[in-house]
Amino acid sequence: MQVEKKPFKPLIVAFCCNWCSYAGADLAGTNRLNYPADVKIIRVPCSCRVNPLFILRAFQRGADGVIICGCHPGDCHYTTGNYYARRRMTLLFSMLDYLGIEKGRTRVEWVSAAEGQKFAETMNSFVETICSLGENKRLEDLRCKTE
Amino acid sequence: MQDRMIARAKELLADGTVNRVMGWQKGEFTYDITPAVFHTAEELDRDFVCNDFAAANVSKYLVKESRKEGRILAFLKPCDSYSFAQLMKEHRVLRENVYIIGIPSWGKTDFEKIKARGLSGIKNIKDNGADYFVETVYGDEVTVPKYEVMLDRCKDCKSKKIVVYDELLEEPNGDVIENHRFDEVARLEAMTPDERFAFWRNELSRCIRCNACRNVCPACTCEKCVFDNRDSGVENKAAADSFEENMFHIIRAFHVAGRCTDCGECSRVCPQHIPLHLLNRKFIKDMNELYGDYQAGADPDTRPPMTDFRFDDCEPSVVYERGGAK
Repeated sequence: MQVEKKPFKPLIVAFCCNWCSYAGADLAGTNRLNYPADVKIIRVPCSCRVNPLFILRAFQRGADGVIICGCHPGDCHYTTGNYYARRRMTLLFSMLDYLGIEKGRTRVEWVSAAEGQKFAETMNSFVETICSLGENKRLEDLRCKTE
Repeated sequence: MQDRMIARAKELLADGTVNRVMGWQKGEFTYDITPAVFHTAEELDRDFVCNDFAAANVSKYLVKESRKEGRILAFLKPCDSYSFAQLMKEHRVLRENVYIIGIPSWGKTDFEKIKARGLSGIKNIKDNGADYFVETVYGDEVTVPKYEVMLDRCKDCKSKKIVVYDELLEEPNGDVIENHRFDEVARLEAMTPDERFAFWRNELSRCIRCNACRNVCPACTCEKCVFDNRDSGVENKAAADSFEENMFHIIRAFHVAGRCTDCGECSRVCPQHIPLHLLNRKFIKDMNELYGDYQAGADPDTRPPMTDFRFDDCEPSVVYERGGAK
């Protein structure tokens, strides 16, 4: 009997800053811009709230890609949060790359509350990248796999 | 040097400057030396030792010791002094309760490397200046050149400078050194992701989660560690799978990024010989390249790169654009 192989459906976790990107996602919705339903948005108070552990945890629980969206540098609601986030994420991504995790599974994008269009485009291109990379194998935790 | 250290320690104990001494204690053999606190001149005479195997970084113990009654005398090697200065910067040690004597270091010896020469049952190691005379219980007598069995971290020594002290036992035997400590990191960076992944899987899969790297690290001084959190599911447990191995080591290295002085203790104590310093050095190398040269512990006034920013910092995507294989 041949088992039909299901097409790959990526799971993307998007950490969105409450003040900019989350509102940007809202705007994308109210403007009826399409972006894939594979993106699961987690609202955080600021992009610098994202702990490196959050990203690893997301991968552990089955995410194939993690994207962090925050206010444009200079526009942070808390004045400087995203500057710190930028340094942290740079180092973390570099470390993941150093350990041989595929480039492109993680991304940081600055999306303001007025950029619904950019939000949709970003998510479309990120999902495309993840689809081409395929399933997350190198940072998976088999115990967390449901199938 | 050891005799002069003991003599000076006794003087300071006698005139009441300090009431105890942080140093290294003799073990059963020449090579199993542990950090210890000495309270009396007799204890110093009996147990105090400082030889090529006294590699342990004592700075971390001073976090607790400096909060006890009275002043403590500490002998700090160059790399210990960097760690101590970093702890001062973070307000983790009380400087006024520690009397520091800086001691020079010519590089410490890795006992594992002596054993790796096929020697077992080592009962005695004599120091003959440029080499060691090793005797085993099986009657073998071997001469081992010192440089060949030096700790890797000492071969790549970053500095002989003692950055913080009250007095020096003797003039430091050098200053900041031009070194090649990032060569190995660069070699890994030049590999393909598949090769790097295979390399790190091979290394990290040996981890037994003994937490020695965390416990020995002079930068890891949190009262409550994220890995002791009962809700985390990874509290004091052997890593269940490759994900947990990766996670532990990424997070451990990340938490000391910008504060790690590259003293190399993590790799020295690892019972599985995982080159953990390569993770820390990767962060140091990245920070040097992206945010300007910075040496943790070298200077009390500069801001560590992870608690600082510039408006024109590079974007995280720079990681993917930089050289190396795809």
